[in-house]
Amino acid sequence: MTANPNTQQDAVNSRNVGNKKVTRNLLFAVVGMFGFGFALVPLYDVFCDITGLNGKTGEQYVSDVPVQIDTSREIKVEFLANVNDGMPWEFKPLTYSVKVHPGEASRIEYVARNKTDRDIVGQAIPSVSPGQAASYFQKTECFCFTEQVLKAGEEKIMPVVFMIDPSIDEDVHEVTLSYTFFIKPGSEDAVVNTDKKTSVALSTPLTQH
Amino acid sequence: MSAVIEEHHDDHHDHKPTGIGRWLFSTNHKDIGTMYLWFSFTMLFVGGALALVIRAELFEPGLQFVEPEFFNQLTTLHGLIMVFGVIMPAFVGLANWMVPMMIGAPDMALPRMNNWSFWLLPGAFGLLISSLIMSLMGMGSAPNFGWTFYAPLSTTYGPDSTDFFIFSVHMMGISSIMGAINIIATIINMRAPGMTYMKMPIFVWTWFITAYLLIAVMPVLAGVVTMMLTDRNFGTSFFSAAGGGDPVLFQHVFWFFGHPEVYIMILPSFGIISQIVPTFSRKKIFGYSSMVYATSSIAFLSFIVWAHHMFTTGMPVQAELFFMYATMLIAVPTGVKVFNWVSTMWKGSLTFETPMLFAIAFIFLFTIGGFTGLMLSIVPADFQYHDTYFVVAHFHYVLVTGALYGIFAAVYFWIPKWTGNMYDEGLGKLHFWVSTISVNVLFFPMHFVGLAGMPRRIPDYNMQFAEFNAIASVGAFVFGFAQLILLYNVIKTIRGKNTVKATDQVWEGAEGLEWTLPSPAPFHSFTTPPTVK
Repeated sequence: MTANPNTQQDAVNSRNVGNKKVTRNLLFAVVGMFGFGFALVPLYDVFCDITGLNGKTGEQYVSDVPVQIDTSREIKVEFLANVNDGMPWEFKPLTYSVKVHPGEASRIEYVARNKTDRDIVGQAIPSVSPGQAASYFQKTECFCFTEQVLKAGEEKIMPVVFMIDPSIDEDVHEVTLSYTFFIKPGSEDAVVNTDKKTSVALSTPLTQH
Repeated sequence: MSAVIEEHHDDHHDHKPTGIGRWLFSTNHKDIGTMYLWFSFTMLFVGGALALVIRAELFEPGLQFVEPEFFNQLTTLHGLIMVFGVIMPAFVGLANWMVPMMIGAPDMALPRMNNWSFWLLPGAFGLLISSLIMSLMGMGSAPNFGWTFYAPLSTTYGPDSTDFFIFSVHMMGISSIMGAINIIATIINMRAPGMTYMKMPIFVWTWFITAYLLIAVMPVLAGVVTMMLTDRNFGTSFFSAAGGGDPVLFQHVFWFFGHPEVYIMILPSFGIISQIVPTFSRKKIFGYSSMVYATSSIAFLSFIVWAHHMFTTGMPVQAELFFMYATMLIAVPTGVKVFNWVSTMWKGSLTFETPMLFAIAFIFLFTIGGFTGLMLSIVPADFQYHDTYFVVAHFHYVLVTGALYGIFAAVYFWIPKWTGNMYDEGLGKLHFWVSTISVNVLFFPMHFVGLAGMPRRIPDYNMQFAEFNAIASVGAFVFGFAQLILLYNVIKTIRGKNTVKATDQVWEGAEGLEWTLPSPAPFHSFTTPPTVK
C-alpha cells in the first residue's frame, strides 16, 4: 500500500486495458459461436447431401450413359405419404410397393386432393430410409421438384420415375420412399384473402366441400 | 509474504456495506460467491424435492401420486434445476470465492459484470419455476419434454410454457457467459507477480479451461433455443421435417452444446479434488503438468464426441465407429487424472477429515460412473442401454457422486476460510457416511433395472422392477434428508457458536495463497499483490 502509488496506479491501468481487451475478444468468440450454432444448419444440409444421412435425396437425375440393369438383385421399394399439420390435402400413393432391379427405371403414382374451397400451393419433401440408400435413389421425374398448385377441390395424379443406382450396397434389400406435403409458407395468403396463420386452413370446415 | 498482508489489513479496507444493498449492489467477489453458493443450495433443495416426488411415485408400480403428464414435468424441471441451478452456479460461486484468493488478486477482473451475472439467475429460475407453479394451479403444463428438450416435443408439441423455458435458458446462458468471461479475464490479467500459468493451483486451471468451454458452447445453446423460439412463434422450420427442416438436426446442435456441458459440470470438481487430495496426503500433487494437459485433452475431446448420445438415430456405421472410438479415447486423460490422485495418496501421511472423505468417495464413485460411460460408448451395447435406467444410473454417478460430491468436499474444505470457524467434524462425517451409503442404495439398483430394460422418464413400470425401485426410493429419501445435516452444519459454522476458531492455514498440509490470508478471509484481500516465489 505504501510502496509506490504511481507504480500501483500503472499496474491498475494496465490491468484495465488488459481486461477490456480480453472481454472484447471473448465477446467476439461468443458472437462467433452463436453464429456457428446457426451455421450448423446449412453445414448439416451439406453433410447430409454428401452422406445421405437422414434420407435426403438429390436433385433431378440426368445421365448420358445408359445404366446397366443388375437383374441378379431385387430391391423392394415401399411408398409412404404424409401431410403436415395444417395441410388440408388428402395424399396417398396409388402403389404401395414395387420390386425393382437396380438400374431399372420404374414409374409409380401418387394422388393428392385439395379438400378445401380454396386454392393451395404445396411442396412435397422426400425422404429415403435407410439413410445409406438415399444417395443411390435417383429420381428422373418427381412432383417434389416443383411446387404443386391444387385448385379448390381439385384432385391430381402425380408420377414419380426413379431408378436405384446399381452400385448400391449389397446389404440393402428394402428401401422406403416417404413424402410429406406441406403448405408453402405464405401461399394461402396469396391465394385466399384471410388470416396469416397456417392453421387457418384447418379451421375451415371440410364439410363445405 | 505474510508481512505484506498484515500491512494492508486495516479498518478502512475491511469496511463492508450494510443492509440489503450490500447484496443487491455487491461487486465483492466474496459476497457474490456467497450468493451463488446459497442460490445453488436453495435450488438443490427445490430440485431434490422434485426428485423425491419422482421417487415416491416410483416406489411401487402403478400410478399413486401424480399423473403421467405431471411426472414428465417433474423429470424435466428436476433435470434443468439440478444442471443449471445447482451444479453450475455452485461452481461459479466457488470460482468467485477462491480464484482471486488463489492467484493473489484483489477481486474479480470485472466486478460489476459479476454482480449482473449473479442477479440474472434468480430471474431465470423464477421464470422457469413459475411454469411449474402455474401448472400446479391448473394453468397449463410446465415444460414436459425432458431436460434435453428434443424437437418436436418442445417445438410442435411443447406446452405454452415452453417460451418461459426458452427465455429462462437465454438468461442463464447470458449469466454463464458473463461469469466465464470474468473468470478468464481474472486469470489472465490479475495473477500476482510470479504466479505463472504453470504455478497456478489445479482448481484455477480447471476453471480456466471450463470457462473456455462455456464461452464455446453456451452461445450454441442460446442458438438452439432461439431456433426453437422462431420455430414455435415465427413460422421457421429449423426442426420441422414437414417444412424442410430436420428434428435430428436439433439433437446434433443440442449435443454439440450438451457434451462439453457435461465436462463443464465435472472439470471444476476435478480441480477441487486436486486441491484436497494433496492437502490431506501432505504431499505435492503427483504429475501437476500431466493434470493440466489431461484437463485440456478432455476439453478438446468433448467437442468431437457429441453424437454418442444419438447412436440410435440412424447414422452411417463409419460415423458410429468414429464417435465410439473418440469417446473411448476420453478414458485415457481421465485415467491419467484418477491415477495421479491415487499416486498422490500413495505413501502420503493421510488423514480423513470430511473433505478428504468426500474426495476419496469422489475418486471411487466417479470412476464407477466413468466405467458405465465406457459401456455406453460401445455402439452395439448402447442400442440396448439407450434411454433406460442404466443411463440414469450412469449420469447420476458422475453428477451426484462426481460433481456434487466435489462441491460438498469444497464446502467442507474452504468453509473454515470463509467463516473463520471450523465446521462440526462429527456432523460432517455423519453427513458423509449417511450420504455415501444412501446414494449407492439410491443409484446402484438403477444399473440392474436399466440392464433389464426399464425405460427412463416413465411414471409406471413392470412388476419385475418393483423390488429394485423400492430400494432406490428408500435410498433417495435418506439421501435427500441427509442434506439437511449439511445445511445445519453450514449454518452452525457461520454462526460460530460452539465451534472452534480456524487458524489461518486451517489444514496442516494446506499450501497456496488462500491459506496465507487470515480466517475468515477479510472483505478485501490482496489489495497489494503478494509475490510468488
